[in-house]
Amino acid sequence: MKQTFTITAFSENHIGLLNRITIIFTRRRVNIETLTVSPSAIKGVHKFTIVVNETREMVEKVVKQIDKVVEVIKAFYHTDDEIIFQEIALYKVSTDKLMENNKVETIVRKNAGRIVEVTPKYTVIEKMGTADETQELFDELNQLGAILQFTRSGRIAVTRLSEELLHNFLKKREIWDLDN
Amino acid sequence: MSTKLTGSQAVLQSLIEEGTEYIFGYPGGAIMPVYDAMMDYEDQIKHILTRHEQGAIHAAQGYARVTGKVGVCMATSGPGATNLITGIADAMIDSTPLVCITGQVGSPLLGTDAFQETDVVGISMPVTKWNVLVTKPEEIPFAIAQAFFIAKTGRPGPVLVDITKDAQFGSLDFNYKKCTNIRSYEPKPVFEPEKIEQAAQLINAAKKPYVLLGQGVILGNAEAEFKAFIEKAGLPTAWTILGVSALDSDHPLNMGMLGMHGNYSTNVMNNQCDVLIAVGMRFDDRVTGDLKRFAKQAKVIHMEIDPAEIDKNVKTDVAILGDVKDTLPVLTRLLEKRDHAEWIAEFKKLDAIENEKVIQKDFYPDKEGLTMGEVVRRINERTGGKAIIVTDVGQHQMFASRYAKHKQTRNFVTSGGLGTMGFGLPAAHGAAMGCPDKDVILFVGDGGFQMTIQELGTINQTEANVKVVLLNNKYLGMVRQWQQLFFDRRYSQTYLMNPDFIMIAKGFGIEGKKVMHRPELDAAIDEMLSHKGAYVLEVSIEKEDNVFPMVPTGASVSEVILEPPQK
Repeated sequence: MKQTFTITAFSENHIGLLNRITIIFTRRRVNIETLTVSPSAIKGVHKFTIVVNETREMVEKVVKQIDKVVEVIKAFYHTDDEIIFQEIALYKVSTDKLMENNKVETIVRKNAGRIVEVTPKYTVIEKMGTADETQELFDELNQLGAILQFTRSGRIAVTRLSEELLHNFLKKREIWDLDN
Repeated sequence: MSTKLTGSQAVLQSLIEEGTEYIFGYPGGAIMPVYDAMMDYEDQIKHILTRHEQGAIHAAQGYARVTGKVGVCMATSGPGATNLITGIADAMIDSTPLVCITGQVGSPLLGTDAFQETDVVGISMPVTKWNVLVTKPEEIPFAIAQAFFIAKTGRPGPVLVDITKDAQFGSLDFNYKKCTNIRSYEPKPVFEPEKIEQAAQLINAAKKPYVLLGQGVILGNAEAEFKAFIEKAGLPTAWTILGVSALDSDHPLNMGMLGMHGNYSTNVMNNQCDVLIAVGMRFDDRVTGDLKRFAKQAKVIHMEIDPAEIDKNVKTDVAILGDVKDTLPVLTRLLEKRDHAEWIAEFKKLDAIENEKVIQKDFYPDKEGLTMGEVVRRINERTGGKAIIVTDVGQHQMFASRYAKHKQTRNFVTSGGLGTMGFGLPAAHGAAMGCPDKDVILFVGDGGFQMTIQELGTINQTEANVKVVLLNNKYLGMVRQWQQLFFDRRYSQTYLMNPDFIMIAKGFGIEGKKVMHRPELDAAIDEMLSHKGAYVLEVSIEKEDNVFPMVPTGASVSEVILEPPQK
């Protein structure tokens, strides 16, 4: 049975590594729903957060292949109930539409959006949440014909564990200098 | 202590520091500075000029496989580098340690579609264990040190170092340090003793244990540990095509070859054993046949260095991660002495059937035409299992792997996972360079021979001792066999109108002889073996000489057939 999995991989920050990781998915015909790459809590270590809709068996195999990449330190995978995750979305609406009546404002308030910039021509609204939640705000604004531009990030996530899995792993690997 | 060197000198000095004996390669524009520097290092490192970059990399593979050292090859940018790709893919799937060095256009030209520019790091990414683009001279020693460390540790594999021309021309303070550790890379997983205890319990309680031996035993130099393991617990053993020669052919626990064209008993027993112990092998589809009907009745123990192989194809009950060199002795200590005589007798019953229906017919054919099986048998008799056997890909490969006898490990070189036609001749050349004191015998078909036949020129130049046994049936035999069995004998595009191979060999300066009839064979083999240096012996083979047993595609291993299916 296919379900949503969030794969996280910690790696060195080297040129070409993104390609080395994505070809593992391409070769097995696994579609990447979202992908976020950013520096992690450890200096010099990057974190990949990759969301896929796949069977557990396939995800296990893909994660082992990611782990095998020389410059990947460690890869993990989680179901949605094992993590807390968020995405961020930006909505650009016309300021005229916003001023016309209180419809846009009501929708934004109801969906806990936040206005980040207002100009005479356009207003930018930001919302954090799950993909469903940011989509809901998009759908409602779009029904009013208010949206000029829309964009959304990939998922970022932390586990529901008290410790970072990577730290446990690195402690076992004695060669790692965590202060560096 | 550091010395001032150019980038090119640093490339060669680094290779020397790593103990490189030979570079198999081909020059060209973007690697010319290194080739220029080579003239000053001729007394320390030898370059073998092949006739094609594919010839260079397959030679490096052959060298690596027989010596256990890292094979090194070199090519220029663009077409030079892309010609290496088939060999890199072959080395990747067969876990062969290689360092490939390619020249790249100058760094200001990267991404501009410059002359002979190709994104080689990008192209080779799916088929290398690791690769890197080096654009600065001072990065060269570290890149090469890492390359060797990654290529040979853990599960070995090919790595590629792409070096821009300006990095070769530049200079650096050279101070070589071998790489002993990469913080993100754990080559040998630490084994869990409790898994070994679980495995020992399963094996001690087993009535019908069965061991599958793979190349991991050879790569880990664990042949002695493996032998002690199976001998203590009396474990019948079959090998994959890359595990050939790890266990002596005449060892009483050696049951034969696994796989689509392996032996009869060794295939069937996968589905009759109660405990299956896979040692350093990866359950390739050619070994397992239909996975849904493979060893379902058995508890599976998998000893493997690469965690990604666990549960990839066959679900494991007990996985023992780690180098089998380390894990096998620990397991052996926990085993009880057994001989499993009754169980082994079950194998022998099936062996007798295969012997009657297949082997005797291959060895002593009643038809007029010569068969590949009898040629391999006669060569066995004369080399006593001491020669290195190299094969190309096809029917002859299966005859050679099934029938060639071995008394020494690392004595068999073949393209297993990728099945690369054209692999044989250059790989045999590399093997001969690596083991100049041994006889190297190449079995090759008339199809594959013509894919890299130009390497006869290289062999003539290096005077390598390669004995080529060309089994010529004027067909792409394995494809033709499938056409005969599964495509109603519609021999689509498998007939070859061949040249006069002996004339070609002589044109390259290599002696040879053609044999058409059985009575001439023995003397011709003797003549080849006593000839000093390379030799081509062409043997005319019966057209419809087929390889059996066979596990047809999609069939279960227990459905292995010994003769063509009745229609």
